[in-house]
Amino acid sequence: MLLAPALGISAVLFTLGVAGVLLRRNAIVIFMCVELMLNAVNLTFVALAQRLGVGGQVFVFFVMAVAAAEAAVGLAIILAVYRHKQTVNLNDINILKG
Amino acid sequence: MTGTAVDLIWLAPALALLGFVLNGALALWRPTAKAAVTVIGVGVLATAFAVGIAVVSAFAGLHTEAPVVFRYWSWMPVGTLQIDAALQVDQLAAVMLLVVTGVGSLIHLFSVGYMKEDAGYARYFAYLNLFIFFMLVLVLGANFPVMFVGWEGVGLCSYLLIGFWFNEKVNADAGKKAFIVNRIGDFGFLVAMFIIFWATGSLDFENVFGKAPTLLAAGGGVVTAATLFLFLGCTGKSAQIPLYTWLPDAMQGPTPVSALIHAATMVTAGVYLVARCNVLFALAPISGAVVAGVGAITALFAATIALKQWDIKRVLAYSTISQLGYMFVGVGTGAMAAGIFHLVTHAFFKALLFLGSGSVIYAMHHAYHATHSHEDAQDMRNMGGLRRHMPWTAALMWIATLAIAGVPPFSGFFSKDEILAAAFARGTVQPAWLVFWGLGLAAALLTAFYMTRLMIYTFHGPNRSGAGAEAHLHEAPWVMTGPLVILGGLSALGGVLNVPELWGGGARLHHWLEPVTKAGAALLPETHLSTSVEWTLVTIAVAVAVIGIVGAWRLLKPEALVPARAAAPERGLARVLRNKWYVDELYDFFVVHPLVWLSDAVLWKQVDQRVIDGAGVNGAARGARALGWLGARLQTGQVGVYVTLFVVGVLAILWRLVGGGGG
Repeated sequence: MLLAPALGISAVLFTLGVAGVLLRRNAIVIFMCVELMLNAVNLTFVALAQRLGVGGQVFVFFVMAVAAAEAAVGLAIILAVYRHKQTVNLNDINILKG
Repeated sequence: MTGTAVDLIWLAPALALLGFVLNGALALWRPTAKAAVTVIGVGVLATAFAVGIAVVSAFAGLHTEAPVVFRYWSWMPVGTLQIDAALQVDQLAAVMLLVVTGVGSLIHLFSVGYMKEDAGYARYFAYLNLFIFFMLVLVLGANFPVMFVGWEGVGLCSYLLIGFWFNEKVNADAGKKAFIVNRIGDFGFLVAMFIIFWATGSLDFENVFGKAPTLLAAGGGVVTAATLFLFLGCTGKSAQIPLYTWLPDAMQGPTPVSALIHAATMVTAGVYLVARCNVLFALAPISGAVVAGVGAITALFAATIALKQWDIKRVLAYSTISQLGYMFVGVGTGAMAAGIFHLVTHAFFKALLFLGSGSVIYAMHHAYHATHSHEDAQDMRNMGGLRRHMPWTAALMWIATLAIAGVPPFSGFFSKDEILAAAFARGTVQPAWLVFWGLGLAAALLTAFYMTRLMIYTFHGPNRSGAGAEAHLHEAPWVMTGPLVILGGLSALGGVLNVPELWGGGARLHHWLEPVTKAGAALLPETHLSTSVEWTLVTIAVAVAVIGIVGAWRLLKPEALVPARAAAPERGLARVLRNKWYVDELYDFFVVHPLVWLSDAVLWKQVDQRVIDGAGVNGAARGARALGWLGARLQTGQVGVYVTLFVVGVLAILWRLVGGGGG
């Protein structure tokens, strides 16, 4: 089976996600990059499940459920911040500065 | 447990404590219920006295030489240090028990009349009962710590009662002075306890005194240090040089308090302590000499001050210091029975003198109150001729005066003579004691003189109370005069307790106390006086007393006195004596002021404000704030920075986990 290409794609996706989180300043984009990382991990789970049993596939469903919940909460937070600050650019949001 | 009435000993202090609790409760919630306070306050004491008599007669029936010890519970079990809450009855404690409860009962009774109109009546009796409780703990305690509880407790009650009328600053100050001066002595007591425990491994009287002769080298440094520190405690509690200055000021308290605490019982605690520890003092001849020497010097020194005081209570206060000096000459010499004998007779006649002066002050106060005068009711220059108005008080105080002056056959004669004879006898072996004997004799002369002076100025000659006031002078009610009559009988006849063999008596107190004192007496040099020498000493002592009385009678002219407000200040030596040798001023200058300066300029403004507050407290706060400022620099509020750091951290951990970097 195509285990190695699947893991490779997963690694690429994950790295893209991390790079996006680190480099982009738009909260929505960063949020989408987080989703990208989650799905990269999902791909790894599914790929390895072929060899190590169905546990990995069960985990994917967990991750999807958590991601859905996270999407609801995360988008709500971003909306609330936008109403407050009229921006979703993270450079302008630093009210926790010490 | 002996199965006799001795087992009831716990009742005596418990009754006094019960009186304190009940009267304290009344003082808080029903201060006007004076009848109940009277019944409780006097009742518990009278019952305690009855218990005391039952206990002592049962104890005498046991014919035991060893003390009867009751261990109630284990108080401080700490390793090898086992301290029980324990009381003991022995011959010495029995004498003190009867004096404290007996004289205490009479003074409680007197207080009923004296304090009748005081708003703090219930509070007064609560304190007085509490004092009796602690005093009984002091004399009945079977080890040093229990005794120390009583020792501190009586000091507390003394403070509370000196400052009883605390809304006048001078009274509150006098209370504080007494308390603080006594702390110095208490420190000595504590150090002595530490030394004794360190040297003997125990604090029980039985153990310590039993082991001391074998464990401690006679005349050695350890026992000398322990006894000298004990004596420092005594100088505080019993008002000896150098710590006597609090006692005259203690006269600010109500007069019955002066009689009970500052004459008859508490101040004799030091004498009791030395007598209790007679074995230790016998092992330390230097300490014995110090005790007798300080006592002799104090006796004379205080007597000189008493010569020129005008306040009737101050005269008696200095007289008390002087008489306590005699007791210390007695116990320092090793004549424990003589010292305790003088303690007992002194309790009788000095309580009588104080209560009599209380009657006088009561009468003067009422006379001045009736005439709306603001004269000093305690100044003898405002008195005079009072015997015409208060014949009972005058007659009874004359008995006490003859007793304290040492005129036979009154009680004080026998006890004072015995102390002086003992000092002289020791002087035949060790000449230093001849000096103490001489000082004591000189003090006896002055005692007779100043007491006669007090009597002449108060009760004889013309009245100087002022227009109108004289008509209001009258004898105090019977509840006050009654105790005076009983004390008068005791002062006159108290000598029969211990009529010396020289006079064909049985020296009963002496033999009664022998089981307690013989261990110490065995360690002291043997002394013996021939009968003719003893008679000579008696003659000298009586002659001195008579010279003092007659001299005062001839020299002092009460007719020439003017009332206090018109009196001119004294000059020369009289002025020095009037101002108490300026000892208070010297202490102020050399001790109090340097201490205040040290506390204020150094300890407060430098050590406290700069070091503790500045470097310590504020310094720690400034340090924490600086660290916080540094930490705050990390918190940029930029999510990107946090995320970057997070990722770098995760990568570092991964790097470690996959075995990179050689780990």
